[in-house]
Amino acid sequence: MSEQPVTETELQAYVDGCLPTARAVEVAQHLARHEEDAQRVAAYRRQIDALQAAYDPLLTAPLPARLQPGQRQRWLPLRHYAVAAALMAASGLAGWQLHAYVAAERAQTVYLARVAAVAHAVYSPEVRHPVEVGADQEAHLVRWLSKRLGTSLKIPHLAPVGYALVGGRLLPGDRGPAAQFMYQDAKGQRLTLYVRVSKEARGQTAFRFAQENGVRVFYWLDGRLGYALSGETERGELLRIADAVYRQLNP
Amino acid sequence: MKRPASDVFSAQALQYIPRLRRYARALTADASAADDLVQDTLERALVKQSLWREGSDLRAWLFTVMHNVFINQVRSAAVSRTLPLDDSFADQPQLQSTDRLEIRDLDAALQALPEEQRTVVLLVGLEQMTYEETARVLEVPIGTVMSRLSRGRERLRRLTQGLPETASLKVVK
Repeated sequence: MSEQPVTETELQAYVDGCLPTARAVEVAQHLARHEEDAQRVAAYRRQIDALQAAYDPLLTAPLPARLQPGQRQRWLPLRHYAVAAALMAASGLAGWQLHAYVAAERAQTVYLARVAAVAHAVYSPEVRHPVEVGADQEAHLVRWLSKRLGTSLKIPHLAPVGYALVGGRLLPGDRGPAAQFMYQDAKGQRLTLYVRVSKEARGQTAFRFAQENGVRVFYWLDGRLGYALSGETERGELLRIADAVYRQLNP
Repeated sequence: MKRPASDVFSAQALQYIPRLRRYARALTADASAADDLVQDTLERALVKQSLWREGSDLRAWLFTVMHNVFINQVRSAAVSRTLPLDDSFADQPQLQSTDRLEIRDLDAALQALPEEQRTVVLLVGLEQMTYEETARVLEVPIGTVMSRLSRGRERLRRLTQGLPETASLKVVK
């Protein structure tokens, strides 16, 4: 038989049904005689079926709000900030690329967002005792919390973005004491900034966003410190404030 | 009234969002990361829309944009991922619960492929692009597409069938 040998590329093209008919017939004959190739071809076809069965439901699934047509003018402004923040953080990074490390770190920072959201939900509605030490004793507040957390803390001033400091409190955190600073705007809307300290520096991350029971949180790591800014404020606005906080802490 | 060019572009781009989403989901194995990728792609596409020639294949162009966004994210692992703790579940399409386990296995197997093989396996098998289209989207020669496809499919087969991973891959012409 003067048959041309079947190449690997032709086997793949046979799987995808894009060989010219005459050649497809020859490949089919080849497969009839070569069990191993036939098994591979059958397995590759099953792969395609499995991929389509698994992911095709997304073609007809409702789009999440952020991808919907009515929202598309918002594709730009909101995410732009996040991208800018990511670039900003990425440019200052080194040795921060190990996947396993990032995964472990991510789990911990998600925890950071969660405890911060809970702390916000507990203390921000408080009328009589929202804080332990008020803004009128700011110097004392900084000294006290810096001492308890074992690091020199800075309190960002958010007057430029419309929020005044109410004060702060000490909280139990997952790895020792944590601090919460509370801010309030002219309408009485409150934000809290949760700060916790790790034993080792954990590099620097970009802003990440989480939402829990109506509390929105932007959180990030900066060396040994982890920050989470929480509020019921709209996401874009909260990001602008988080950006202001970040800039004050990293002048 | 003449509509602004960007409206025409957006209207046309919209029809491809579900396909971008399907591909992104299979690529990342993470519903939330996938939608981030789609969103980043749409933003980039809007910014760069003047580079798209009207009448040319918009699907291929959008997938090229997505590929570049994805590669940038892979190369800078530090890029932020948004992790909506609660609404990511609301965003998940309602898959049959009996399918869940198999999909998780498939997700895991795909993630075990090198990114360059995964993209080719998905563009050809899931998105049903021709080899030429795939080569254009990934901006690599067609021979590269073929060798990645061959290696990717074989590796996926070995992973899903529990076969040992052999290094003895056939020479691809």
